[in-house]
Parts: sequence; structure tokens; C-alpha cells
Amino acid sequence: MTTFATPPLPLAGLPVSERDRPGFRLIVADPLALDSGQSLAPYAIAYTTYGTLNAERSNAILICHALTGDQYVAEPHPITGKPGWWDILAGPGKVLDTERYFLICANVLGGCMGSTGPADLNPATGAPWNLSFPVITIADMVRAQKQLIDQLGIAQLFAVIGGSMGGMQVLQWAASYPDRVFAAVPIATAARHSAQNIAFHEVGRQAIMADANWCDGDYLARGVRPQRGLAVARMAAHVTYLSEQALHRKFGRNLQNREALTFGFDADFQVENYLRHQGMSFVDRFDANSYLYITRACDYFDLAAEHGGVLANAFADTKTRFCSISFTSDWLYPTAENREIVHALNAAAANVSFVEVATDKGHDAFLLDEPEFHATLRGFLDGCAEHRGLIRR
Amino acid sequence: MSPDATRLTPATAPLREDLRLVADMIDPGSRVLDVGCGNGELLSYLVHARSVDGRGMELSQGGVNSCVRNGLSVIQGDADNDLHDYPSHAFDYIVLSQTLQATRNPREVLHHLVRIGRHAIVSIPNFGHWRMRMRILIEGRMPRTPVLPHHWYDTPNIHLCTLLDFVDLCDEESIAVERSVTLDDLGRPYRLNPRGRLANLLAAQGLFLLRGRS
Repeated sequence: MTTFATPPLPLAGLPVSERDRPGFRLIVADPLALDSGQSLAPYAIAYTTYGTLNAERSNAILICHALTGDQYVAEPHPITGKPGWWDILAGPGKVLDTERYFLICANVLGGCMGSTGPADLNPATGAPWNLSFPVITIADMVRAQKQLIDQLGIAQLFAVIGGSMGGMQVLQWAASYPDRVFAAVPIATAARHSAQNIAFHEVGRQAIMADANWCDGDYLARGVRPQRGLAVARMAAHVTYLSEQALHRKFGRNLQNREALTFGFDADFQVENYLRHQGMSFVDRFDANSYLYITRACDYFDLAAEHGGVLANAFADTKTRFCSISFTSDWLYPTAENREIVHALNAAAANVSFVEVATDKGHDAFLLDEPEFHATLRGFLDGCAEHRGLIRR
Repeated sequence: MSPDATRLTPATAPLREDLRLVADMIDPGSRVLDVGCGNGELLSYLVHARSVDGRGMELSQGGVNSCVRNGLSVIQGDADNDLHDYPSHAFDYIVLSQTLQATRNPREVLHHLVRIGRHAIVSIPNFGHWRMRMRILIEGRMPRTPVLPHHWYDTPNIHLCTLLDFVDLCDEESIAVERSVTLDDLGRPYRLNPRGRLANLLAAQGLFLLRGRS
């Protein structure tokens, strides 16, 4: 067995705190050709790994994180100290078993946890990119990840797995680099961003831009941050991640530490207090401009458009084994949109499984304890591991 | 009836009799889509004992989930709505077991089957079976049998036919019946010609290997 790791590489101008973050950074000097026509060089990809890459380099699973996720899948978050966002799934003996698989997760391009994004310094000017950072797409994120996988010497990923925006990356991986993906698990996602989803993202972006501290994106130089705008963006988005039933079950119309309505605009209701907390804790770990860029990348995602308007063409002759998973109460990426992916895969005669998990937890279900979902993923990966010849250690 | 139909190869795992007859129509190593695969009993057997590249489709979410948990490639869907997407001849065999009579448009489903599969394997309950006839003739009641156990008001079987009706439809639609087996209530084969009036009276089920003539 080879343990594979690259040492963290120093990036000029990087604050010390970032250098000390757990995980690795890959600096790529070759320009990355972006969908916008611009190119980006040099750029950094911050990533973490768990488990051990086997001698054949055949047991690597790339985990793609969602809009506001990051590479800290299965370890405490370096800023919030909270458990990794997929701690429930990833670890020794868990579904994404680190004793069996080599897990990789990279912060997306445009992100703010170490991969190059708008808050980083533009080497040409020495000042933060801010809004001069090129608009990036899901395909650009995947191109950058492919550089990382090349660097790690992995000819074929055993699996690429992700939910929500992570699921879009999974689909893009399978479409762009079919030979590099043995199995693909797009979860609670869509092959294109719907008008409703674009609309919600626009609400978030407008909330950020309406904050006077946003300063047309130039807030870093002015020593301020559009925290209120970013918090409102998070609050609005957070509602879309839940379901009406889940909100009702959790909060109902319960009052927050009070016996009666105050006839004012304090957080009378628990649900208000919860959302305010979600908003305020988010701004500690996320950059407002990154939020603009990453939501934009989701909005631009339309996999069929790249293939003559026929989604099935994105998967023509694919050998990848797919498992699509959706959740009944997810109204952000509803089952119907996941099913469109499945229909396209059928039309390409691809090997596909599709499971809709009954839950009232909404879109966020893919991050939560959902035994049916976990059993499905475990069964699918076990079946694939058998076909790939991965021996259980 | 062709002598091949009842020449059974030994199964490595116990398989329900009628499913074993289906399995025996399928060449090892071929590509198979099992429509209405239930909990994956046939599919699992084909994948593991016959090295088949197998896929399944199942309406019940419980069935789908249990299949995928066991490593089978299965999607949630049904014959009426989810066959359109598949390209022609995507599979060597497509199996529709005891389900055609529950589809909204059996003729269209049948066409999809022989389009998607180089061969289609279809089994149907025989509404011409003597039990059905007796129940209507003597008792004046809607038939209920071991093969068709539902009441008239809760049955999913909305397009029942007799073996002769089914063979007529195949003829009209230029679908070749390559092989056929008639079965009793328990899924055991009868040595009867499914195009004959006797089979139409005595057989509880028919199993057909079909091929499109286009």
C-alpha cells in the first residue's frame, strides 16, 4: 500500500492562518482554460484526503461538495470547529469507509477555503480579485479537480459522489471524463438549474449587493464585510434546503424564550431565531463574493446545452455505473429533475440505478441520518467494488 | 410446443419455478432488462449464476431500494411510462413477467419490448382458464384464482386476455412467437400447444419468447 500525499505548498501572499489549515494545496502553474474564454494561472486547489490509496490506485473516491460546503468532509471544520459535513457517511467502517477507500475532497474553484477564488490576490495586480475574478462554471470546477486527480496519479476514480451542486459536478465528471469515472453517484441534483433555483440564487445575490458594506465587491480593501447581506442570502437559501414538514416539526409556531408575542420585530418565533443564527454563523466562514460566483456557476449549469440540447448525448457510450438518489420532500432538486437524469441515462443505455428516498427532511436530507439513503449508497458501492475487483481489507 | 421449452438446466440457487423457465430462455452473458423486477429474485439469479449484464425496473419503491441495496442496477419506473427512452436493441432480452395485463396500453408496451430487446420474454395470466370460465358461467361472479387473486374493485389487472387473444395480437402486430410454454397454477410447465384450444382451457399462465419482425 502506498500512502499518497503532497506536502502543502506555500502560496505567496496567503495569510498565515490559511497556511496552517489542515489538508493540502496544489498550485497549478499551467493556465486553466475557462468556459468564459478567459484563463486562470496560477491557481490553487485546496483539498483533504482520508484513508490510503492502494497500490493499484483503484480505490479513490472523489467527493464533490455543495454550494457552501468545503473539503472538510470528515474532520472538524478549522473555523467553526463543527464536525465534518459528511461525518455521518465518511470514516472508518462507515459507508464511505476510509479503511477501504481513499477519499478526496477539494474546495471548488471560486471557493473561499483555500482554492483560488475572488478573495485571493490577483498576481497581476497584487490586489484581491473581487469582481475581476473570471466567472467560473461547474465544468471549470471539474477541470481544476481533474488537474488534482492527474497530479495524484489516479488514472480512474473508483467513484465520484456528491449532492446538490456536488451532484452537478458528478454529472459533469461523467460527461467530460467518462473513462476516468468507474461509478458516479449524483444525489439530490439536476442536469440543469431550474428557473426557480436561479430565482432563489438571485435573491441571495441581491441581498449581498444591497448591503452597503459590499462596496461593489471591493469590501476587502475597505476593511468591511457585507455580513448582513450574506446572512440574509443564507437565510433565504436555508429555507429552500428544508421542507414545510421539517420546519413545522422542528419549530411549529413556538415562541423563542417568551410567553407571548411582543408586538415588535424581535425574533418572537423559534424559526426566526434559528434562521438568524444560521445566517450569522455562516458569515464567519464564507466570503460574500465567493457566494456570488458559486451561485452563478450553478445557474449556468445546463449539461444538455453542451450536447445539442439532448441530455442523453452527454452520456453516449458511457461505461460508468450510475446511482441517482433523490428525496421525496426535496423541492429544490425534486425527484422529477433527478428522474430526467435517469431517463437520459436510460436513453444512453447506461448502467443506472435510481432510488427515491421517502423523508420529510427536504433537500438537506443528503447531509442527514437517512438509513435508507445510506443503505442504498452502501449497496451500490459494494456492488461496484465487486465489479472493480476491490477486495475488502 | 418446442421440446426446448421444458428442458430445464439445473439452477445454482433455488428459483421460483416460473422464473426458472424465464431464466432458461436467456443466454448466459447477455444483456437483460427485467421490467417489474420486484425484489430482484430473477435479476440476482441471472447476474450471479448466468453472468448476465442485468438491469431492472420496478414500480414499488421498496422493491427498488432492496435491489439497489443488494448491488443490482435497478430504477424506479413502470412499463407504461419509462420504456420510451431506451434505444432500440439496447438489450438482448427484456423480461415482462405477469405485468402486461396491468399496463394501460399493452399493445404499445409490447411494441416497446420487441424494439428495446432483441428478444422479449412475456408471461401473462390466462383469462381463458377453466376456473375463470366456471366462476362466470356457474356462479356468475368475477373470477378470482391463485394467479389472479384480486377482487374486481381492487385489481391492478385492467387488460386481461386469454392465451389465444395474446397470440392473435402478436400475429396482428407482426411479432414472432419464437418459443412458448404453458404453465399451471403453480408455474409448472404443461406440454400443450399454446395456440391450441386445450391450452387455452387448461393453462393458468403462458410464457412467450417474442421477437419483432421489423
